Amino acid sequence: MIRFILLQNRQGKTRLAKYYVPLEDSEKHKVEYEVHRLVVNRDPKFTNFVEFRTHKVIYRRYAGLFFSMCVDITDNELAYLECIHLFVEILDHFFSNVCELDLVFNFHKVYLILDEFILAGELQETSKRAIIERMGELEKLE
Amino acid sequence: MALSGMRGLSVFISDIRNCHNKEQERLRVDKELGNIRTRFKNEKGLSPYEKKKYVWKMLYIYMLGYDVDFGHMETVSLISAPKYPEKQVGYIVTSCLLNENNDFLRMVINTVRNDIIGRNETYQCLALTMVGNIGGKEFSESLAPDVQKLLISSSCRPVVRKKAALCLLRLYRKNPDVVNIDGWSDRMAQLLDERDLGVLTSVMSLFVSLVSNNAEAYWNCLPKCVRILERMARNQDIPQEYTYYGIPSPWLQVKTMRALQYFPTIEDPGARRALFEVLQRILMGTDVVKNVNKNNASHAVLFEALALVMHLDAEKEMMSQCVALLGKFIAVREPNIRYLGLENMSRMLLVTDVQDIIKRHQAQIITSLKDPDISIRRRALDLLYGMCDVTNAKEIVEELLQYLNTAEFAMREELSLKAAILAEKFAPDLSWYVDVILQLIDKAGDFVSDDIWYRVVQFVTNNEDLQPYAAAKAREYLDKPALHETMVKVSAYLLGEYGHLLARRPGCSPKELFAIINDKLPTVSTSTVAILLSTYAKILMHTQPPDVGLQQQILTIFKKYESYIDVEIQQRAVEYFELSRKGAALADVLAEMPKFPERESALLKKAEDAEVDTAEQSAIKLRSQQQTSSAIVVADQPPVNGSVPASNHLTLVKMPSQNITEESNVTYEEPPVEIPKENGAPVEVESKVENIPETNIESKVEPPAAHPASQADLLADLLGPLAIEGPPAAVEQNPVQGLETNQSPVGDLALATLEDQSNSVQPIVNVEEKFHILCSKDSGVLYEDPHIQIGLKAEWRAHHGRLVLFLGNKNTAPLLSVQALILPPSHLKTELSSVPDTVPPRAQVQIPLEVVNLRASRDVAVLDFSYTFGTSLVNVKLRLPVVLNKFLQPITLSPEEFFPQWKALNVQNLKVQEVVKGVKPLPLPEIASLFMSLHLAVAPGLDNNLNNLVACTTFFSETTRAMLCLVRIETDPQDRTQLRLTVASGDQYLTFELKEYIKEHLIDIPRVQAASPPVPVQPQLPPAAVPATYNDPGAMLAGLL
Repeated sequence: MIRFILLQNRQGKTRLAKYYVPLEDSEKHKVEYEVHRLVVNRDPKFTNFVEFRTHKVIYRRYAGLFFSMCVDITDNELAYLECIHLFVEILDHFFSNVCELDLVFNFHKVYLILDEFILAGELQETSKRAIIERMGELEKLE
Repeated sequence: MALSGMRGLSVFISDIRNCHNKEQERLRVDKELGNIRTRFKNEKGLSPYEKKKYVWKMLYIYMLGYDVDFGHMETVSLISAPKYPEKQVGYIVTSCLLNENNDFLRMVINTVRNDIIGRNETYQCLALTMVGNIGGKEFSESLAPDVQKLLISSSCRPVVRKKAALCLLRLYRKNPDVVNIDGWSDRMAQLLDERDLGVLTSVMSLFVSLVSNNAEAYWNCLPKCVRILERMARNQDIPQEYTYYGIPSPWLQVKTMRALQYFPTIEDPGARRALFEVLQRILMGTDVVKNVNKNNASHAVLFEALALVMHLDAEKEMMSQCVALLGKFIAVREPNIRYLGLENMSRMLLVTDVQDIIKRHQAQIITSLKDPDISIRRRALDLLYGMCDVTNAKEIVEELLQYLNTAEFAMREELSLKAAILAEKFAPDLSWYVDVILQLIDKAGDFVSDDIWYRVVQFVTNNEDLQPYAAAKAREYLDKPALHETMVKVSAYLLGEYGHLLARRPGCSPKELFAIINDKLPTVSTSTVAILLSTYAKILMHTQPPDVGLQQQILTIFKKYESYIDVEIQQRAVEYFELSRKGAALADVLAEMPKFPERESALLKKAEDAEVDTAEQSAIKLRSQQQTSSAIVVADQPPVNGSVPASNHLTLVKMPSQNITEESNVTYEEPPVEIPKENGAPVEVESKVENIPETNIESKVEPPAAHPASQADLLADLLGPLAIEGPPAAVEQNPVQGLETNQSPVGDLALATLEDQSNSVQPIVNVEEKFHILCSKDSGVLYEDPHIQIGLKAEWRAHHGRLVLFLGNKNTAPLLSVQALILPPSHLKTELSSVPDTVPPRAQVQIPLEVVNLRASRDVAVLDFSYTFGTSLVNVKLRLPVVLNKFLQPITLSPEEFFPQWKALNVQNLKVQEVVKGVKPLPLPEIASLFMSLHLAVAPGLDNNLNNLVACTTFFSETTRAMLCLVRIETDPQDRTQLRLTVASGDQYLTFELKEYIKEHLIDIPRVQAASPPVPVQPQLPPAAVPATYNDPGAMLAGLL
């Protein structure tokens, strides 16, 4: 299962952090700091997987943003790697050509989208259309 | 995209972005937090819109890494707001800001429940999402039934049902009891027919979790999974939106194949055929394409298919296809694929016998050990570690040593640990092992844990042949200019113990040894100084004739350290100084260290400790646990030192001095004595690895699987000369002694463990064998099944024994209704500490047990142990290794002490003699080591006849206190299957019991019989106590008889 998802820029500013395991605040800060340090200096030619404590982080870089998912050691790495890409495609679709600023000013929307995409640390919906439509429904309610 | 509708929020975010430095940002944040705090204090004037805005701001601040320690209450209370926008914010921010342990969540549990059972679909979704993300145990207990209802409801839209499925998964993980298996397997089967792929994806995750805990309950779902896979593999009826770069939902495919890996096999031939067709298609049809995403997605499916094929133990052809694919992958440039190739090869090693094929790729794997990416190097290291065996150990270990030179710090410790373990497990000869460890210390001293050098000391101590070599090596290293401190420790230790063996070599005189070691003294830390002081004392003791100059030098050092700031060193210095003036007595006090009792390698334990935690138990691990052979680590490897004679050195040799002088003699508490403490920590019992072959002399006894017929033959042999007249039934019950006593209930129970295991949960270790190992060892595994491991550790002092039972729960769920009861035989007084009712998940509970031995008996105490796990009640009756030899302490007697005793005991029934036939034909040295394992000290030289053997021991019980026992064996070189056994002691029952006990170990008899003779309430005295015959004129002892 996914333990947590982080979106961080190269400077280490967190743009989204979602935890599916109960961590204390201090522990969350530590995790964010460590994961950033772990992925930021990796060569683009390296694998997208890196061991983190007793788990592993599957990460992918899009421009200046790192999307990282911490999953179990036994989980299927490539499936989660493409899960990240699917999430990015959904964001891209929703914001039409997403950039970091969109995610900064609309961070609350990003949380909403994520909740339609992943729940309880597992994939909930893989249809881009279903998620975009659902977001439309929700926006009408506001 | 336009900015969000909340202007205040956007302004705040812009402000933060415009801060030039961290300090400004902090000021701005503090100002905002102050503002929010005051506004919250005066809630009345706060509009719902403002509340919402502030809560979002708090989340933003929190995300930036600032502490937000107020406002939680306000956030949580928004969940109860009447309108959607506020409610939504309440739910979302709560699940980001708080975790499941937060008390505020309790306040809203009712609101959440009302939202779930209410009619508003949007509210249902919000509530399910929050519970799914941060729901804890309390939510689990109160909400599970409602969530289940939503999942199976036909009136709910998919958007609710998929959330309900994953929400239920969360609740199930928090408390597995919330899903009742009986009803659920049918419902699951129905749910797997779901047409909406979003719902099916969520349901499949729930299903994986359920089957990982209990696959048997969900057999009915298996064909459905196969059908889903078929449908996707053929791309039948898959809506466009659920294909990803042309591939039907790779995630659903992966999840479905994952679920199938939890079923032990697939028996239905139809389903099996269909599944293999799908798998074959995936294996053959996955090509490398240009598009990265498509490539990743198809390989995600391919790797999962590989895992499933391995699990299913497919036909040979398909397996070799898999190995071939993996072989291809580990050679490609694409790093992700290469990584996964290496990873899956390691997994493959765990389940199938492909070692030889994988070995062909060794060179390629070693290349990956030098890859710039640490992730790949780690996988390569793991794989090399897994594929290592006697044939390639030398090459692989040397490769690892070489890599150690360049490896980054993050990997060095793991690397050196692995190299040390491999060297120990597969050493072609022991000198190579010593070479490797010394090289390890030399190259990566900082990363070599103490366990590693303790281990090498143990090996050298227990293997005499190795001692001169190790000492010489240590001496060589000391010549190096810059030496790691660990190397100083190990060299000094080895040279202190064995330096005198080198005395004739150049540069190795005591004086020179001292000088070169003493060179290091000024630069080492306190713990090393302590070792050096001991070394000096030993050098001094070995310098014969004494060298006054050297003595003076060493004494000066002792004198100097007498006022050292560290107490330990001070004490050593004072004591060594005093001792070294005692002359000859010094040699006794500082005698060579006794052999170490054999123990499981602490290193292996350490390597295993690195256990991972995963949401679902790893399918592959489950599987290898189910295989009773448990060949994961070392079980089927030859003992480290390979040769049989050498292995005897590692046997538990209890030197008298260990027991007798330990307390009276402080100097015995030298650093090496600390080693057993380090390694012998109770946790060690948990270790799954057993070095059985080395330790257990008894393992030479035939396993219990002998034919009944041959048993009968043996009995005939046995009983004949003993001339025991008894009813046949009695003989059957109790063949060894032929006594018709089986009234003791304990006796029955003791036997029951061997056959009467009707439990559905079966032990995964040989309980019988474990018992026998523990009879000669004081710690180890007593029992293990898929749920629990019971370890045991014992300490014996005179007629008292202190045992600790370690109950280790292997599951992620608790073991309930745990009960343990001791059924003591009449000769033991036992006291078991209270046993907790529950063993928490993955926890270990220790239960001390005190034993007092009242008198001699071969009867065995039984542990009646039960627990429930899930629906199964497990009850086992285990014999406890509280056997006669535990109350024996070997003692060495001089001829002057021995013969008067031997003579004095020449009384009927106190000294008993018997001709034993049907003896295992062992050479005398083996009998001697058997005796040592029974705590009988063999006294060489007391009997002139080389075919005979004399041993002495002290027996402790409450009635006899310490009582001397003398044993003599006369073998017949013409016929090794018979011998004459004489046992003498001051107590007739003791004499009889001890004689029978020794006999049991000498006679070649299937273990089931030999080990469980219930003891007579009134022990009859042995009919075999025939007057001694004098047909052995040459022997001095015979004359005395």
